[in-house]
Amino acid sequence: MTPPTPPTAPTSPTVATPTRSGFVRSLVGKKVIMAVTGVILFLFVVGHLAGNLKVFEGPADFNAYAEGLRTVGAPFLARGQLLWAVRAVLLVSVLLHIWAAIAVTRASWAARPIGYHALTRTETTYAARTMRWGGVIIFLYVIYHLLDLTFGAVNPSFVPGDVYHNLVASFERWPVSAVYIAAVIVVGLHIDHGLWSAFQTLGLNRPPTFRWRRGIAAAIAVLITAGYVAIPVAVLTGTVR
Amino acid sequence: MRLTLHVWRQSGPRDAGRFVRYDVTDVSPDMSFLEMLDVLNQQLLGRQEEPIAFDHDCREGICGACGMVINGRPHGPQHATTTCQLHMRTFPDGAALWLEPWRARAFPVVKDLVVDRSAFDRVIAAGGFITARTGSAPEANSTLVPKRDADLAMDAAACIGCGACVAACPNASAMLFVAAKVSHLGLLPQGQPERATRVVSMVAQMDAEGFGACTNHGECMAACPKEISIDFIARLNRDYLKAVARPKPQAVKANGGDV
Repeated sequence: MTPPTPPTAPTSPTVATPTRSGFVRSLVGKKVIMAVTGVILFLFVVGHLAGNLKVFEGPADFNAYAEGLRTVGAPFLARGQLLWAVRAVLLVSVLLHIWAAIAVTRASWAARPIGYHALTRTETTYAARTMRWGGVIIFLYVIYHLLDLTFGAVNPSFVPGDVYHNLVASFERWPVSAVYIAAVIVVGLHIDHGLWSAFQTLGLNRPPTFRWRRGIAAAIAVLITAGYVAIPVAVLTGTVR
Repeated sequence: MRLTLHVWRQSGPRDAGRFVRYDVTDVSPDMSFLEMLDVLNQQLLGRQEEPIAFDHDCREGICGACGMVINGRPHGPQHATTTCQLHMRTFPDGAALWLEPWRARAFPVVKDLVVDRSAFDRVIAAGGFITARTGSAPEANSTLVPKRDADLAMDAAACIGCGACVAACPNASAMLFVAAKVSHLGLLPQGQPERATRVVSMVAQMDAEGFGACTNHGECMAACPKEISIDFIARLNRDYLKAVARPKPQAVKANGGDV
């Protein structure tokens, strides 16, 4: 048994004025940053799925979609300009999301230096309890995913521009598909708890949202997971080849 | 009834503490949990042993003084019940019970099952005063409050500050307590003048006390003897966001604003 920390010195209460630096310092503010960046990343996950499902329309349409991501906005925007702008927003969001998560987790771990003999769970969910390590798993998987299908470094036969071929070549190997499906399920759990948590953290609990927010989040998470899982399953069963 | 108790014994804030086993006999199912501990303490005193220290005051579930974690659940297994209102008939004969204090850095153990909850007092003090006229009582209906707001404010004001929310939270977060205290004033017209500064000050004090961050597990709501909903946590977040986003009042010069 570790010796307990000596009692914290009483901090005298002060009346704080609302400031932006205080907002970032506070745990509530960090949770808001996590929620906003989480919603941005969630919107990416939805858009990414909508695009990926074009794989079922065949190589020509799928590759045209991938090319379209680079030419969208023409002639006002240069090739890839909007894509890189979106990538920049996503990268900043990921970094802020992780930074806030680490800060909040450290505060919470420090808040209970001596644990319980037993603490019974009554209300929490599997999704809620796996947010932290689930997030780490998603982060690691995304690195592999980018190396596989964006940079092609770990893809068995990467052809720049032929994303349909790259996808099939990668998912034909069943362990890659299995890891992908597992990662997508973790993403689904992360969205399930993260989405309704975002409602809570951003204070969006007025009727009609608050009664349904948990159910809506779970339904969206299941749909997204099913959509993503369909792709490697289609490759393994030969529907997409 | 016969019981086996494993009680957290800690002689003072600097003692490491340990579980000590006690076999208690002749427990009536009609005793309250604290009465059962009173009986055990009488037996301990008879044996020249140190009695178990635990907090208690009103013993009718309204003061918030009592509270301990019983088999992993703050205030024990019965829903919406403080430890003092918990009866021994809740437990089977021969039950083994583990009794622990609230565990949080912000709630240092004073002795055995007693923790120092001054952190809550300092959070409330940080909220400050409300601007209200003093003097004789105003006419009852001079300030009108919609029924729904009044009910919701009372739901929040039901908080007795026992600390079970912190004890139950996997993060040792005090968000439910602070949310209840912020909301019961924030919902009423009398609480409006200081609404923004109050929420910001109380959140700052909550962080300064070393409570953890809310990750929406909902365990606090399940443990709360007053059934306070985590909807109030969303309300706190909204109030906090509004307070930070709101433009600060600017001083106006005598020339009408041209600086």
